[in-house]
Amino acid sequence: MSTPSVTPAFDETALVAKAKAGDVEAFSELVRHYDRRIFRMAKQITQNDDDAEDVLQESFLKAYTHLDHFQGNSKFYTWVVRIAVNEALMKLLKRRSDRTVPLDEPIDTGEDEMVREIAVWDENPEQTYSREELGTLLDEAIQSLKPAYRTVFILRDIEELSIEETAEALNLSISAVKSRLLRARLQLREKLTRQFKHKGDDAFAYL
Amino acid sequence: MLTCKKFLHELSEYLDGTLDPETRAELHKHVSECPNCWVVCDTTERTLKIYKGMEPQPLPPDVESRFMTALMEKCKSKRERSSAEETSAEAS
Repeated sequence: MSTPSVTPAFDETALVAKAKAGDVEAFSELVRHYDRRIFRMAKQITQNDDDAEDVLQESFLKAYTHLDHFQGNSKFYTWVVRIAVNEALMKLLKRRSDRTVPLDEPIDTGEDEMVREIAVWDENPEQTYSREELGTLLDEAIQSLKPAYRTVFILRDIEELSIEETAEALNLSISAVKSRLLRARLQLREKLTRQFKHKGDDAFAYL
Repeated sequence: MLTCKKFLHELSEYLDGTLDPETRAELHKHVSECPNCWVVCDTTERTLKIYKGMEPQPLPPDVESRFMTALMEKCKSKRERSSAEETSAEAS
């Protein structure tokens, strides 16, 4: 009787320890586990495929070079994300003619424009789109945000870093992260509502 | 009496569940009585859920191939450097 094949659980701590001891295969496994997410994040921040590829390579090469300095106080993934965010922001900076740090953009604090579209959504709006169409739609919505909002949203709500980790990665205060996150979330809600709102007669049935 | 503006201001933390119980209860009361805030709260929550549910796409094959080549070269050069250091330490 054959033993059913079981995929071994991903044990980040053990893999990091092996990689630190020089096990290249262990480091490769860490890379393969996270490379898609790092590439997606880099693309969302830089909005450029070539830059995203550079960020992907440079982040993991740096992580490998400095692996001895990784103390294990945070997750390996959070550590790589921080490296990648810095690389991605540097790319953005290089492409900007005025050389200002995109995160230092003045933040619009006017609250009047925060909510314009108030309409219920279809039951399962995402099912009316193919996976690819939905991906494009969500990416376009993110890309329409200013970098200051975009980066906070990506780290907090897509990569699921904590508020504190996001603040540390972006060198922002906790309150700055919170206020940018709120605006990013509301702006995306606004954009998605335009796509997903229920168009039937009972759109305002809750009233 | 909680205003819609105040509700909106606290919406992120309400959805993240990071508010103190008293404020949370106050917001909960407001959202169950105010249809507009209920819609904004519900659609914001669904916005976050949709983004969280998006699985990243696999790397494009050419990107992956160049990435793996660069990574293996880096690993090889680091290994060679450390074994050279060990040899010179033994020699001295």
